[in-house]
Amino acid sequence: MKGAGILLVFLLTPMTGMASDSAAVTPAEAYCKWKMVDYGVPEPLCGLQGDAGRGRRIVLDSGQGNCLACHRLPVDGVEGYGTIGPPLAGVASRLTRAQLRLRVVDARHLNPYSIMPGYYPDLALINRPAVKYRGRAFLPAQAVEDVIAYLATLK
Amino acid sequence: MTGPRILPWALGLIVALLANNAWADRQAKSGYAYLREETRQMQDDEFENPGYLAVDKGQELFRRRPDSGRSCASCHGQEGAKLDAKRLARYPVYDKSMGGIVRLQDRIRNCQEQRARTKALPYHDPDLLALETFVRHLAAGEAVNVQTDGSMASLLKKGEAIYRTRFGLIDMSCAHCHEMYTGQYIRGQRISQGMGNGFPAYRLDTGEMANLDLCIKQCLTLMRAEPFMPDSEESRLLGAYIMSRSNGLRIETPAVRY
Repeated sequence: MKGAGILLVFLLTPMTGMASDSAAVTPAEAYCKWKMVDYGVPEPLCGLQGDAGRGRRIVLDSGQGNCLACHRLPVDGVEGYGTIGPPLAGVASRLTRAQLRLRVVDARHLNPYSIMPGYYPDLALINRPAVKYRGRAFLPAQAVEDVIAYLATLK
Repeated sequence: MTGPRILPWALGLIVALLANNAWADRQAKSGYAYLREETRQMQDDEFENPGYLAVDKGQELFRRRPDSGRSCASCHGQEGAKLDAKRLARYPVYDKSMGGIVRLQDRIRNCQEQRARTKALPYHDPDLLALETFVRHLAAGEAVNVQTDGSMASLLKKGEAIYRTRFGLIDMSCAHCHEMYTGQYIRGQRISQGMGNGFPAYRLDTGEMANLDLCIKQCLTLMRAEPFMPDSEESRLLGAYIMSRSNGLRIETPAVRY
């Protein structure tokens, strides 16, 4: 953000998804219970198969995964990433799929104070969800599996 | 013989601890400290800062006579000079006769009903925000000075409990961002301590004015949580607690905030 011209553009096109919640509401779906084993979730949610290509789009989409809000990712051309979580380059070399899955579905099992949102937590743990999101996890099970498939490519 | 040799090291250690950033970050800092340089310049320039449009609009409304014949200015002076800046800096206040915590917006609405004998403006109405902006701006430069003892003490504790509670699908508390990760970046935006001294402020994100209550509502909506109603007890408790955290910071209304 340098110079008045860029500032003006910045003012006229505020970054979406900060004060307003413009994300599309996905239809509610049946919740699949998952089980933590050795600080991981070895079984895919609802037995679904993830797709890395779709997962990459979900990860980058501020209305879906919004991972860049907090993490840096090995993706070109992204300026507005966050520095709250660890960078995710090489994350698949450090963690197994099962470990990645636990971190995505509910990282509070590893750290109860974690700022990381649970993308597929026990729905009973969600406090005061907005009416239009009631009965939904942050992401549908298929989207979570797509994200895992993408993260698993970050070796 | 070791005493004199250790002394410089010990002094050095103390200096290093005092200069430590983690220690410094626990001191209350205005959101101004976390702004980009361009945004600071925008706030500081009365002609560039869109918040001054709200100040002007607020002054116009302050002077406007409703059918009842009594404007705010009838009692408080054309420039609001009869309002005491030190008392404005105390808001939100505890007022037993009004049932507990009273925010500046509550006081204005109460005045509209009881003194001007008109209908109170709805919460978050742009005209009410403009009036609040004009009145709070009269105390610009004063240090925020929310009461923390007496009847307020237990209420602020309740407000703090809300501050530390996770909300919504995104499942974060105020404390997560504004205490644990202050100074870090979220989508390229620097996270402030979430102080209240600049509010009502012009928000770059929405392109509109927001008072502290509206900003909290916008945060909760962002968390995909059901926001508190503007006249709810939770809204007052949380707002009062956040403003009490800002005690000692200079009022910057109208600030420019992301």
